[in-house]
Amino acid sequence: MSDPPPTPLLTLRGIGKSFLGVRVLDGIDLDVAPGEVHAVVGENGAGKSTLMKIVSGGYSPDEGTVEFAGEPRSFRGPRDAQRAGVGIIHQEFNLLPERTVAENVYLGHEPVRRGLVDRRGMLDRTRQLLASIGETTLPADARVGQLGVAQQQVVEIAKALALDARLLIMDEPTAALADHEVELLYGLVRRLQERGIGLLYVSHRLAEVFDLSSRITVLKDGRRVTTVDTADTTADELVRHMVGRALSSYYPDRAAPEDRGPVRLNLRDAGNRKLRDVNLQLRAGEVLGIGGLQGSGRSALARAIFGVSPFTTGDVTLDDRPVRLRSPRTAMRAGIAYVTEDRKGEGIVPRQSVLDNALLASRAVFAARSGRAARTVRVRELLTAVEVRGAGDDQEIRFLSGGNQQKVVLARWLALNPRILLFDEPTRGIDVGAKSAIHDLVRRLARDGAAVLMISSDLPELLGMSDRIVVMRDGHVAGELPAGATEEEVVALAVGTARETARETAQ
Amino acid sequence: MQTVQPRSLPLRVPRVRPGGVLPILAILAVLLVLVGIRQPDFLAPSSLMSFLGRSAPIILLAAGQYFVIVSGEFDLSVGSLVTAQVVIAARLIDSDPARTWPVVLLLLAFGALVGLVNGLVTTRLRVPSFITTLGMFLILVGAVYLWSDGAPKGGLSEEFRRFGRRAFEDVPLLGRVPYALVVLVVVAVAAVLLMRSDFGRTLVAVGDNPRTAELSGVRVWRTRTVAFILSGLAAAVAAILLGGYSGVSFQAGAGLEFGAITAVVLGGVALGGGRGAVVGAMLGALTLELLFALMNFYGVSGALRSTVQGGIILLAVAVSATRSSSR
Repeated sequence: MSDPPPTPLLTLRGIGKSFLGVRVLDGIDLDVAPGEVHAVVGENGAGKSTLMKIVSGGYSPDEGTVEFAGEPRSFRGPRDAQRAGVGIIHQEFNLLPERTVAENVYLGHEPVRRGLVDRRGMLDRTRQLLASIGETTLPADARVGQLGVAQQQVVEIAKALALDARLLIMDEPTAALADHEVELLYGLVRRLQERGIGLLYVSHRLAEVFDLSSRITVLKDGRRVTTVDTADTTADELVRHMVGRALSSYYPDRAAPEDRGPVRLNLRDAGNRKLRDVNLQLRAGEVLGIGGLQGSGRSALARAIFGVSPFTTGDVTLDDRPVRLRSPRTAMRAGIAYVTEDRKGEGIVPRQSVLDNALLASRAVFAARSGRAARTVRVRELLTAVEVRGAGDDQEIRFLSGGNQQKVVLARWLALNPRILLFDEPTRGIDVGAKSAIHDLVRRLARDGAAVLMISSDLPELLGMSDRIVVMRDGHVAGELPAGATEEEVVALAVGTARETARETAQ
Repeated sequence: MQTVQPRSLPLRVPRVRPGGVLPILAILAVLLVLVGIRQPDFLAPSSLMSFLGRSAPIILLAAGQYFVIVSGEFDLSVGSLVTAQVVIAARLIDSDPARTWPVVLLLLAFGALVGLVNGLVTTRLRVPSFITTLGMFLILVGAVYLWSDGAPKGGLSEEFRRFGRRAFEDVPLLGRVPYALVVLVVVAVAAVLLMRSDFGRTLVAVGDNPRTAELSGVRVWRTRTVAFILSGLAAAVAAILLGGYSGVSFQAGAGLEFGAITAVVLGGVALGGGRGAVVGAMLGALTLELLFALMNFYGVSGALRSTVQGGIILLAVAVSATRSSSR
């Protein structure tokens, strides 16, 4: 193909796709020129991965056309797309850890001599290939399982190039990389560009989108909002396109001291197999943040309060009355709700409808209390109030984005009018828009008098949302920090470099 | 597509829901047409009514099995439970009509008890239900042999047998409506209502994701135990109809558990739980019976029944597995 340069490598026109009647892509136009890095950004659920799967042959579009290298194509599957020259590097790699680099690169199309795999030829070709993208330190005969993440990514890229990929899709390529490895990826991307390979670059991280891309396409709710030249835009503008508002005013206002009510939940020397001597007070009207490292006992604390693995020692009082929270049911009857960390494994019943998911707890525990019809009406209202988008109430919940699933889970608990809410990583894996909706909701609940305990590994979130922060370490409370604490203070308590005393709650 | 694209989101498209009853209705319709071509008499109201009556026991068992399967478990004990019930009924009634009703109640209680034990062993002792109910199957077989010294004793009263063999005569339009069909309709309506109730929705949720259900306050063990009890009760009702229709033998319930499981799977219910409708399971049983009737009309050997069942199970599971992974 010796067409003049302006001919795009890839042209998408009017791409549309629906799953079970829900439109996830609608009228998408996009093109990529040879040697161009075209970034695609958008919230989770905006349709990025579906679009990438259409380009790489994983799905076929319901509407619209895909033109590749000047010809209309409809790929019959990922292999078909690969043969045509479209490679995709997924977030999770697709490598055989027990095989060598060369074996992985040529997997399925090994060079053959006299009917046998030509090992030496394969190694030589792999070396050349790696050298051609400036990768000289990676041994072609190393076992892939021994390589670091960044090197494995190089192997993935080499694999695509071995199939003569002319268009490469990178889906969140830096998600798994350390900071210094990101630099290496930048170098690699530039060398791919020099070879005339077109790149579709999907990422959440706006910094790298600005570093690498020449054009940016923003998707929202399955539609293309805009395509801009990177040089002509700013991060703020992009975020506005993505969520429809600016980046500032991110967290809702905290509770004023006078809004904090009496102590709802009081733990004295409480402990179980994973926790010891936990002393903690949770007040009405406040958001108590729980910080700490993975495995420090944060989730164990929430699960003990909710009766999943109850406290075996110490005293628990609820509104000054001693209680034993032996099971989720007893906790729920006491007015406690628990939004789990593992939404997929413990938060949703995936193949049931949105409505059935939202009704699950009411049906299980308070079935006799209210009329069925009234309950359903109320839950439908709640689903509207938490703004579950892009799905009817009869839609199976597994087809919703993470953020919408979480809103349904919230509606399930709000239907019980809980007075104590335990949130375990409430916004993990959720897109920006849904995240701030959940933040607003959490704060509104506290303002209405609920006592909120919120576990978060996301430090800006923890600091932005909490009225106080309790940091856990090794199953006990390492210390307490007031609102306005810094990330450093939290981390110091979490890893144990700070002295274990509560800082004076100033202000 | 060069037309102007609709801009409204989400777009409503008529769709075949996974776990819905449309596929099984389609299969049933095709079979009915095939039967009609080969044996038009079969579609006359009277023979259709008696076919439905004959099929009532397996349809009831399919409904019972549905509750267990949709909650994520299995019940392999129903076939031998039916046998045990029939043998027990014959010995206890011993041809005395006065004992009919007490024994009917006893059979229902016994079915519920077996279900309760199955449920408690599975949920509280954490024995996989496959093993629990296989054990119960063997226990019942052995116990019945032992109790009756190797040959069924006594006999059923005519009062007892009428459930399975008598009918309302001269019903307008339909002609002869077997009692068994009336029992079936009553149970079917009850089953559908149950699945629309809080319990029913919770039961499916338990099968879909027991962790989530537990953390939402569901007593998963109780819910599943109730499902086993319902299966035991269904087996009791099926035994009463079957004993009346085909009499007392150690073979009365042989193989019915697999028939019921095949029917449930055929009806679009996911093995492992969480998806499918009770109506689908019952239609699955009807379809299976119709298929056997069809095989009969075409002179296919009855010996092929179990082969056909096995093939259906494999095919139905394979179809649903590939469909759900290709989303």
